[in-house]
Amino acid sequence: MSTDSTTTANGFRAAHVSHHFKDATQEYDSGKQGIWLFMVTEILMFGAILVGYAIFHHIYPDMFEEGAKSLDWKMGFINTLVLIFSSFTMAISISLIQQNKTKQAAMAMATTILCGAVFMCIKYFEYSHKFHLGLYPGRFLDVAKVGAEHANLGMYYGFYYCMTGLHGLHVLIGMGLITWLLIRTIRGDFHSQYWLPVEGVGIFWHIVDLIWIFLFPLLYLVG
Amino acid sequence: MATKSAHHGDNYINFEKGLWSWLTTVDHKRIGLMYMATVMFFFLIGGIMALLLRLELFAPNAAANVGNVLKNGDVYNQVLTYHGAIMVFMVIVPGIPAILGNFFLPLHIGAKDVAFPKINLASWYCFMAGAALAIATFFFKKIDTGWTFYTPYSIRTGTATVLMVLGAFVMGMSSVLTGLNFIVTVHKLRAPGMTMHRMPLFVWALYSTAILQLLATPVLAITLLLLAAEKLFGVGIFDPALGGDPVLFQHFFWFYSHPAVYIMIIPAMGVVSELITTFSKKVIFGYTAIAYSSLGIAAVSFFVWGHHMFVSGQSATAGIIFSFLTMLVGVPTAIKMFNWVATLYKGSVSFDSPMLFALGFLFLFAIGGVTGIMLAVLPIDVHFHDTYFVVAHFHYVMVGGTLMALMGGFYYWFPKMFGKMFNESIARLSFVFIFIGFNVTFFPQFILGAMGMPRRYFDYIPAYENLNKISTIGSWLILTGFLMGLWVIVQGLRNGPKAPLNPWGSKTLEWQTASPPPHDNFAVEPIVTAGPYEYR
Repeated sequence: MSTDSTTTANGFRAAHVSHHFKDATQEYDSGKQGIWLFMVTEILMFGAILVGYAIFHHIYPDMFEEGAKSLDWKMGFINTLVLIFSSFTMAISISLIQQNKTKQAAMAMATTILCGAVFMCIKYFEYSHKFHLGLYPGRFLDVAKVGAEHANLGMYYGFYYCMTGLHGLHVLIGMGLITWLLIRTIRGDFHSQYWLPVEGVGIFWHIVDLIWIFLFPLLYLVG
Repeated sequence: MATKSAHHGDNYINFEKGLWSWLTTVDHKRIGLMYMATVMFFFLIGGIMALLLRLELFAPNAAANVGNVLKNGDVYNQVLTYHGAIMVFMVIVPGIPAILGNFFLPLHIGAKDVAFPKINLASWYCFMAGAALAIATFFFKKIDTGWTFYTPYSIRTGTATVLMVLGAFVMGMSSVLTGLNFIVTVHKLRAPGMTMHRMPLFVWALYSTAILQLLATPVLAITLLLLAAEKLFGVGIFDPALGGDPVLFQHFFWFYSHPAVYIMIIPAMGVVSELITTFSKKVIFGYTAIAYSSLGIAAVSFFVWGHHMFVSGQSATAGIIFSFLTMLVGVPTAIKMFNWVATLYKGSVSFDSPMLFALGFLFLFAIGGVTGIMLAVLPIDVHFHDTYFVVAHFHYVMVGGTLMALMGGFYYWFPKMFGKMFNESIARLSFVFIFIGFNVTFFPQFILGAMGMPRRYFDYIPAYENLNKISTIGSWLILTGFLMGLWVIVQGLRNGPKAPLNPWGSKTLEWQTASPPPHDNFAVEPIVTAGPYEYR
C-alpha cells in the first residue's frame, strides 16, 4: 500500500489516501469514527462483567470484602500510576508526531511499551503470589487450606481473574499495536499530515487505561 | 496501480483473475459473493439436519416406520444443537447484511466501497475461522446443549462447549466488524446529494441492524468468554454449586440474543421495502415512518430480553414489565406492515418472483409477529412456554421472514450481481413450493404446541402423530423448493441470457451503473438529486 507513496519535501512519506476516499480528511474522519465505535464495543464487553460484579457484590457483600482484603492494594496502586503515566506518554507521542518530531515520538512510544511491560510484570508477581497461597478461582480454591471465612470465596477470585485477565490481555494487545506503530514511526510513515493509526491505537490504549481505573477500586478498594 | 488497469476487465468479476485474487480481495462486491457461497453451504448443512430432525419426528419411536433415524435422544439433541447453532450463527444472522448488505450498501449510497475494505475482508475470515471452530466440535466431541448453551448443563457436559462458544465469539467479532463498517460507511461515504432521507430503506435497515450488532454482540462475547472460563477454571459466576447464578447467564445471553433476532429480521424488512415499492411501481407509503421504525425496533429490542425468562422464577413485576415492553415492539413493526400494505394499495403490482417472496414475507411474517405478541402475554406464555407453539412462532419469523426476504432479494438483485437473467417460471415455482411447504411444516406445530407437545423432545405420545406427519411431509416440500431455487441460480449463472440494465424498472442508485458493476461501482461519481422511489 505504501509502496506507491511519494516522499514529501521534508523526507517523510506522503499520506496515502485509499482509493475509495475522496481526500485525507474523509479518510481521517472515517477512521476516527471507526475506532470510537470499536471502543464502544470494548466498553460494553467490560460493562457486562461489571454488571455481574455488581450483582454478586450486592448478594455477597461480606465475601467480596474478604476477597478485597486479600489483594495487595499497593501493587494495584503502583500499576494504576504506571498506566496513567503510559497514557500520558502515548498522548505526547501523537502531539510530537503532529509537530514532525519523529524521534521524540518514537521515544514516547517506547516508554509506553515499557510501562505496559512493567504493568504486566507487576501483574505476574501478583498472580504468582496468589497461586502460591492457593488463591485459585472458583472450584479450584481450597477453602480449608486458604482459611477462607466464606465458602464461596472462590467466586470473588473468579471475578478477579476474569476481569484482570481480560484487561491484561488487552494490555498485551495494546503493547503489540504500539510496537507496530513504533516500527512505522521509525520508518517515517507518520508526520504532521498523517497520524491516524497513532491516534487510533492511542484511543485504544486510553480506554484500556480507563477500564483499569474502574477495575482497581472495584477489586482492591471497595469492600 | 495505474499500470495494471490496462488489462483489467470491465466489471468486478473479471477485474482480477484466480482464486488468490478472490481470497485477498478488498472489493465489497466480491466479499459479498464470498459470504454468499459460504452461507449457502452452511444453509445446506443446517437444512439437512432439519430434515433429519423432522424425519425422526415422522412418527413415535414405538412405531416401526421411516422415523427412528437418529437412534437415540443423545444424537437427536446433538443434531438439534447443530441445526440451531448453524442456522442462527452462520446463516440467518450474517445472511442478508453480509451478502446483500455488503454487495449493495455502497452501491445504494453511491460509494466506491465500504469505509474499511480490509476490515471487511477480515470479517469474512473471522466468520470462516469461527465457523471452522464451531464445526470442528462436531468431529471432536459433539455438543448437545442447544444453541443457547444454558448453564448449568453446558458447564457439566463435554469439553467441546469451550471450542463451540469460542467459535461463536469469533463469529460475533465478524458481526461487530461488519456493523462498524456499515455505520461509518453510511455516515461518511454517501455520494453528493445523498442525504440520510434519500437513502433507500434497505440502507436504513442495515444501518439500524449495524447499531444492534455493535451494541448487543459485545455482551454475548463476554457471556461466552465467561462460560468458557466457567468450564475451564470453574470461576463460579454461573455455577450454582459455587454460589453463582445460572439465570444470570440467561439474562446476559438474551440481552444479546433478543436484539439478535432483530439483527435477523430488520435487514429482511429492508429488502421487503425495496421489493414492495419496486414491484408496485409506486412511491413507498410513509418513507420516514419505515426508516425510523427500524431504529425504533432496534431501540426497544434492548429492553425485552426478560420475556425469555417468564418461567425462570424472576419476579412477577419484572414479568409484567417485560411483557408490556415486548408488546411495544409490535408498534414499529405494525407501522412497517401497514405502510407496505398501503404501498400496494392502488399500485401497479407485478408478480415477478422477487415480489412473490415479498408478499410471502408479508403473509408469514404477519403470522410470526402476531404469535409473537401472543407469547408476549404473560399468562399465555406460561402455558405455551417450551412447546411447539414457540418453535412454530420463531420459525415463522426467522424462516418465513428472513429467508423469504433473502430469497426475494437474491432474485431481485441477481441480474445486477451477475449481469444475467434467471429462469423466471422455475423461480416462481420455487416460491410456490417453499411457501406451501413452509406452511404445511410449521402451521401444524402451532396446533401441536397448543395441544402441549414440548419442544426439544425426540419422541412423543401417539396423539401428536398425525400433525407431526403433516409437518414432516411439509419439510420435503421446502426441500424441493430450495433445490429448485438452487437450480435457478446455477442455471442463471451458467447460461442465463444477458440481463437488461434495469430489468425491474427500479429507481435506486445501484441500477444506474453497469451490470455487473465495475470494480469501483460507478464510472463517474453519481450526484443525487431526488429520493430513491420517484415512481408516481
